Amino acid sequence: MIIRLSKITKVYKVGEDRVHALGGVDLDIEKGQYVAVMGPSGSGKSTLMNIVGCLDRPTSGTYELDGHLTTDMSSGELARVRNEKIGFVFQSFELMPRMNALKNAEMPLVYARNGWLWRHKRAVAALERVGLGDRMKHRPNQMSGGERQRVAIARALINNPSILLADEPTGNLDTKTSAEILALFGSLHSDGQTIVMVTHEPDVACHARRIIRMRDGLVQSDLPVEEDEVYAHAARPAAREAS
Amino acid sequence: MAAVRVALAIVRLVFQSAVLALGQIWANKMRSVLTTLGIVIGIASVTGVIAVLTGLKAKVLADFETIGAKLMHVFPYWPETGPMRRAHWTRIVLLPEQFDGLLENCPSVECFTRMIGFGRGDTARFGDRVIEGVDVMGIEPSWHKVWNRAVTDGRQFSVVDDKERSQVCLITPDVRDRLRLDRECVGQSIIVGALSFRVVGVVEPPAQMEVFGGELGSKLEVLIPFRTAYAHGRWMHVFALAKSPSVADEARAEISFFLRQTRSIKPGEPDTFRIEVIARVIEVFNKIAAIITSVASGIVAISLVVGGIGIMNIMLVSVSERTREIGLRKAVGARPSAILLQFLVEAVMLCLVGGLIGLAGGELLTLAFSKGTKNLLEKAYIPGWAIVLSFGFSAAVGLFFGMFPAIKAARLDPIEALRHE
Repeated sequence: MIIRLSKITKVYKVGEDRVHALGGVDLDIEKGQYVAVMGPSGSGKSTLMNIVGCLDRPTSGTYELDGHLTTDMSSGELARVRNEKIGFVFQSFELMPRMNALKNAEMPLVYARNGWLWRHKRAVAALERVGLGDRMKHRPNQMSGGERQRVAIARALINNPSILLADEPTGNLDTKTSAEILALFGSLHSDGQTIVMVTHEPDVACHARRIIRMRDGLVQSDLPVEEDEVYAHAARPAAREAS
Repeated sequence: MAAVRVALAIVRLVFQSAVLALGQIWANKMRSVLTTLGIVIGIASVTGVIAVLTGLKAKVLADFETIGAKLMHVFPYWPETGPMRRAHWTRIVLLPEQFDGLLENCPSVECFTRMIGFGRGDTARFGDRVIEGVDVMGIEPSWHKVWNRAVTDGRQFSVVDDKERSQVCLITPDVRDRLRLDRECVGQSIIVGALSFRVVGVVEPPAQMEVFGGELGSKLEVLIPFRTAYAHGRWMHVFALAKSPSVADEARAEISFFLRQTRSIKPGEPDTFRIEVIARVIEVFNKIAAIITSVASGIVAISLVVGGIGIMNIMLVSVSERTREIGLRKAVGARPSAILLQFLVEAVMLCLVGGLIGLAGGELLTLAFSKGTKNLLEKAYIPGWAIVLSFGFSAAVGLFFGMFPAIKAARLDPIEALRHE
């Protein structure tokens, strides 16, 4: 079990009000799973992602990542967990505009314990893995949206994370490029990479193997993709083509 | 082993932060340079001032080398306490015979000369040529040795000149030339004040002491025998030369002891004269230099504070502009301390760049001073300690004023930061 959430709640204070973003979520994700988290805005999926990504702490409940209880960790230890166990992919890529692809992909190694050695080699390997072996010296503004997101994925993969967390990874991409990125996720999944992806697009979600639907801070449904409604309604279920 | 690893990791982070910071500075060249202006001006002015003072000091020391640190000036002085405090000047004035036998009693004294100065402002005439502002002094032959100024044409005063109070004089080349005397002027007579003096020789002009505006010797000098001068004025003083700079203080004590005897000053009563070792002037100069330095430092401190606030301002802008970057860095595993370090190093680098430009400016100022003032400040240079100090202060300003923005950056919440537009 790579992720084990039990009775996770999160309460925000907004002025006088207390907003219950998560109302006791139990969730297990196993190694190698490809999970999509869906839900309307305000459903708590972003909060859940922040907690899974160790960017935020739950108000109560426990979170075990790869056998380590993260809820007791100091912020420094959490930073290390983010560095070593989690790879983030964001909707808007979040690349450093003045750095080339190689430097961008290398970035997490700056903060890694043993990241100094071989970082160049590892960045090259990561970029080759996402199919950018010939674009390493390019800067983000010299690349297409899809290429930029590939750089971001290479960056997320550089430390061989336990989980790849993608927050609307195709939100800023056109349909064709989205398909490329999702194909890349598919191939990473078949290599055994655990992937958790937040999306509100059924077309995107149907590429995952497990769909978790959130509503009002709770898990509404948690089904294999074949049993979820997205599977039937997806315009082009690439997952079906692949299988 | 663990300590070594931690140290290495810190060095690595500092190095990477420095590289990043240089990239940032390079990317915002104009902004960076404008931001550091306060520091540039501060460092340029302080190094300039230090260079000028260093040059002046070198000059003063060089000037003193020409007369040596052996010279002592003995002159009458009203004591601050005791019955002689309000004594009539005739009781305070030095008398020539009080110095008789001084050399025998003061083994550290090489030689001395009694002197009478009439102050500047005498006129000298030769035919229809008149010059004003001539310095007339009564001297003894040992004056040439004390001041290290030889007679180039003609002769020194003889014992006879002194005894007979002859109306003879030695003149400087400037007096000769301005009065249009012959090149071989010995034997010609000039009129000083209302008296006629026959020129017996030409004496070397005084070594120029630019620092004191030629205070220790004017170029227009007419020297007459001491006894001749003493007939016209009684306010005599003495210059003495110690055998070496190292015994200057002994010589001073010996003269003091000797004079107290010849002037019959009772034990416990204060001196009615003073002996100043001229080398002390250097100490005075050092004090003045220290005052100038501290005033300049005050101005520089203000300028550095202003500059530092500029740095803080631009770093706050930078933190705000790069909020998303900070969020991302935190997301991929940067600890708050790493972010703090990154922005702190950036502020320090910014200040060091400012310090470097300021130092270049100071060097230019120094160059301008040394070329622009002929030989007065030719020895002006920025000493090594001033360079180290400049960089030290720049770095300190960066550290101090960069701390607040860096803490702000380090405390950013990664989720908020990544949402920042």
